[in-house]
Amino acid sequence: MARLKTFPGGLHPPDNKAWTAAKAIEICPLPEELIIPLSQHIGAPAEACVAVGDKVKKGQVVGRAKGFVSVPVHASTSGEVTAIEPRPHASGRNLPAVVIAPDGEDEWVDDLAAADPEALSVEEIKDRLRDAGIVGMGGATFPAHVKLSPPGEKPIDTLILNGVECEPYLTADHRLMLETPGKVRQGIEILRKVLAVDNIYLGIEANKPDAIAQMREECAGSDIKVEALEVKYPQGAEKQLILALTGREVPSGGLPMDVGVVVQNVGTAAAIADAVTLGQPLIERICTVTGSGVNEPKNLRVRVGTPLAHLVEQCGGLDGEPSKLIMGGPMMGMAQLTLDVPATRGTSGLLIFRRGDIKVREPGPCIRCGRCVSACPAGLLPTTIAAYARLSMFDETEEFKAMDCIECGCCSFSCPSLIPLVQTLRYAKGAILEKRRKMQ
Amino acid sequence: MSDQLYLSSSPHIHSGETTDKVMRAVIYSLLPACGVAIYFFGLPALMLLLVCTVGAVAFEALCAKLFHSKLAIADGSAALTGILLALNLPPSAPWWLALLGAAIAIIVGKQVYGGLGYNPFNPALVARVVLLISFPVQMTSWSAPAPLGSGVDALTTATPLGEWKTAVMLTGKLPEGMASGFGSYFVGNMAGCIGEVSAIALLLGALYLFWKRIITWQIPVSFIGTVVVVGGLFWLSDATRYPDPLFHLLTGGLILGAFFMATDMVTSPVTGRGMLVYGFGCGLVTVLIRLFGGYPEGVSFAILLMNAATPLIDRYTRPRVFGTVAEVER
Amino acid sequence: MFAAIASLGAIGLLAALALGFAAKKFAVEVDPRELAILEILPGANCGACGYPGCSGYAKMVVNGDKIAATCPPGGAMVMGKIANIMGFAPVEIDPQVAVVMCQGDNQKSKEKYHYLGLADCQAAQKVADGPKQCPGGCLGLGTCERTCPFGAIEMTEEGLAVISRKKCTGCGKCVEACPRDVIHMTPLDATTHVLCNSHDRGVLVRKYCDIGCIACQICTKQVPDAYRVEDSLATVVYEYYDEAPEAVDKCPTKCIRDFTEGYPEGSSFADISVPVKRGRRAA
Repeated sequence: MARLKTFPGGLHPPDNKAWTAAKAIEICPLPEELIIPLSQHIGAPAEACVAVGDKVKKGQVVGRAKGFVSVPVHASTSGEVTAIEPRPHASGRNLPAVVIAPDGEDEWVDDLAAADPEALSVEEIKDRLRDAGIVGMGGATFPAHVKLSPPGEKPIDTLILNGVECEPYLTADHRLMLETPGKVRQGIEILRKVLAVDNIYLGIEANKPDAIAQMREECAGSDIKVEALEVKYPQGAEKQLILALTGREVPSGGLPMDVGVVVQNVGTAAAIADAVTLGQPLIERICTVTGSGVNEPKNLRVRVGTPLAHLVEQCGGLDGEPSKLIMGGPMMGMAQLTLDVPATRGTSGLLIFRRGDIKVREPGPCIRCGRCVSACPAGLLPTTIAAYARLSMFDETEEFKAMDCIECGCCSFSCPSLIPLVQTLRYAKGAILEKRRKMQ
Repeated sequence: MSDQLYLSSSPHIHSGETTDKVMRAVIYSLLPACGVAIYFFGLPALMLLLVCTVGAVAFEALCAKLFHSKLAIADGSAALTGILLALNLPPSAPWWLALLGAAIAIIVGKQVYGGLGYNPFNPALVARVVLLISFPVQMTSWSAPAPLGSGVDALTTATPLGEWKTAVMLTGKLPEGMASGFGSYFVGNMAGCIGEVSAIALLLGALYLFWKRIITWQIPVSFIGTVVVVGGLFWLSDATRYPDPLFHLLTGGLILGAFFMATDMVTSPVTGRGMLVYGFGCGLVTVLIRLFGGYPEGVSFAILLMNAATPLIDRYTRPRVFGTVAEVER
Repeated sequence: MFAAIASLGAIGLLAALALGFAAKKFAVEVDPRELAILEILPGANCGACGYPGCSGYAKMVVNGDKIAATCPPGGAMVMGKIANIMGFAPVEIDPQVAVVMCQGDNQKSKEKYHYLGLADCQAAQKVADGPKQCPGGCLGLGTCERTCPFGAIEMTEEGLAVISRKKCTGCGKCVEACPRDVIHMTPLDATTHVLCNSHDRGVLVRKYCDIGCIACQICTKQVPDAYRVEDSLATVVYEYYDEAPEAVDKCPTKCIRDFTEGYPEGSSFADISVPVKRGRRAA
């Protein structure tokens, strides 16, 4: 057997995907209250354009985009706006949100415009994507229309669909590819038209043979290359994926478009299909609810704005006292303060650890074992950078390329001294940015 | 509920491999060598192991108290240093020498630099070399193995390397019948430090370390490979004067050094490429000392010298950062 | 023997000559006043003046036509001496000290979660805005302690930063380093402070802190000039700090403290017990 494509560095955390990999997506019922944060994407938050007491319909814009790097947010069911106020947000703060009490009708807004993507111009498609609030659904939540509008001097010749899902525990993209491969294919064709590219890859980790087979069947007869990739974390990191599939290396400090590539998540592709062909905005997504602290782990189709507590209820409730709530995967997800936080467009998973699963241990001194160095997919010396950062020697951290850290977590995961390396590198990156800002 | 929750920056999971587990695994891997040492050298070997280990842990605790630092004997690193030191002592070494060695290893070799992780030199080797230079008589009086229950009294003798060196110095030629003892060399039935004699016990431990992924192949392979190749070249040039590579390999502390001492994480380079360079340096210096130096054995000196070169090696073997062209040497 | 002495001597002589020559040839002209000023400056290179280190500051003074920035750690005495050297008018400088406006250590102020990770306030603040329920309280992870160039800050056992009034030079480094803006610069003479930094409403403060300001207005009613309550937090109006001590005993949560009798030093701060009269502690 030929060696599977991959990238240098990385590691193999236990993936724990078996809990949910074989479970079909269930539709999460309406909660009593939907909390639609106005900030669900990278870029300027949306601006509320409804008032308390307004009746809204499913898919209606409740927050308008502000600026180019911004997208509108929509009501994810019909009902009444009961409040526009700061609510718990995935960032750990209270941020402005539109709160909707569903009326149970779940009635779509009237002016949904179905269209044939063939008949639309590229600009019309991009407008549809922005109006539908399409953002990168792999977790970065970067507005899709911006990613699909590279400047003229950066010609794009390759499109990569990211179906890797290398984060342990998560199976949302896996189930999506298994259950709605046609949507993904449709999205790919729309992206092909927008970017005018014919070199298209769909990368999937080899631990999802059923999804690979399903997508190969779906793409049979087309020029889309469905590639099985070596199972290794972080295979799904953008730059590592590009290297594995195309052999191109995004330059330090650069973006995928610098090597002529655009990467989109498979979930985003499916959302793009709905947005362009049906005119439906991005108001729901697939989310894996899992972990030792959940009674019955599941894959759920979740409306944006559904409180996490409601998701847990659909999964048989909490199993014992929770000790850690994580939105996203265990390697790069964000720890949450409360289950009152709503799911958003970027919520690929909810991972709950039971009491006792989190071991509290003091970090020790670095024993220079070199595990972080061999695991680092960016080729950094995490322990050296962290040592400089602890001494506030940020010029040195910059020289050692701290800014190239992709925060994948491999170094912290493998450190036998339990040093919070990623956090220290993140801290150094913040200080470097601050320094650069001051210099200007 | 929320004030009971743990929050942290990502990642939220860990491999479970911790420093104390690493140290414990290395200690386990040395148990066969300790067993063979006790078998061949009897109670004196047991005494040395006990004095060194207990001494090292005690000095570690003492330092923690004196320097008001956190007591870290639970991480096992002090015990490991003690065992490694004991394995590097001759069987006839007196108890006070072992205790002094433990003090030097922990205090001079480790704690003065700030404790675990900060010492530039392998603590056990620092102690061995200090003892070797300060107490040459005690440190180079060897006795032949007297297996437990054999009823044989320990006879004073020389190590194979020492025997060879003396012969070459006196006659310029290899001693007679030198090639006869490879079987016993391999098992460990020869004079030498208590832990270095048995290649088979050491290799067993090394296999365990590879299996546990505590050590990687680079340092042992490049270290031993260099000794074999360079030693072999000299042997080919003049087989009457220089010993053959197998002799280099099986006598003295090469196997103990290459798998257990040179691979000490704290004092060796962090990158794979750096480890190869480091291993090569260790091997070269070892052969040069053995063939041309004043001491018959050079493994300890070689490793200490390369320990000193580690920061330099690290500097020139930085990995290539993703998305950059190969770094020009700075 | 003689050869050795002679050759070593010759080498020494040659080296001395070469060094002497280099010192003459490559000497950098420095304004003697710059050196004189550098001599006077505290030499902590704290950067409080806004220039890179003490030498940068000295250069600025010598090259300018007035003293464009003060040296807070040097204080009035150093400023006077500099003015003397340069022949400028002396620059007025109000001696200031930094004060940690919080008494809510980990015994008195509640956590909202258990923080795991880098023991640094700035890093912890990025995890859901820090582990304390109080949005303004001292996180106690010692970022200011590590930043202080004068060693004037100490962390108490209970996790609270305390600034020594004697050692603090007023450079303001800690103010910059604190991610929660708990540390304020205050006039050296002002010894009464409202040691709270929470702008939450009183009901909320009561829930998470035994010793926070609940904005009850009693202090400003007692001494209207010396206190101002704004945005649910009382502060001392430092222009009228002389009158401020009168309200100390009236404060129901004991968050107003008077240090006329001397400022608590170091970790002994924590030993000054504050009786909490209210019997409740929110569940």
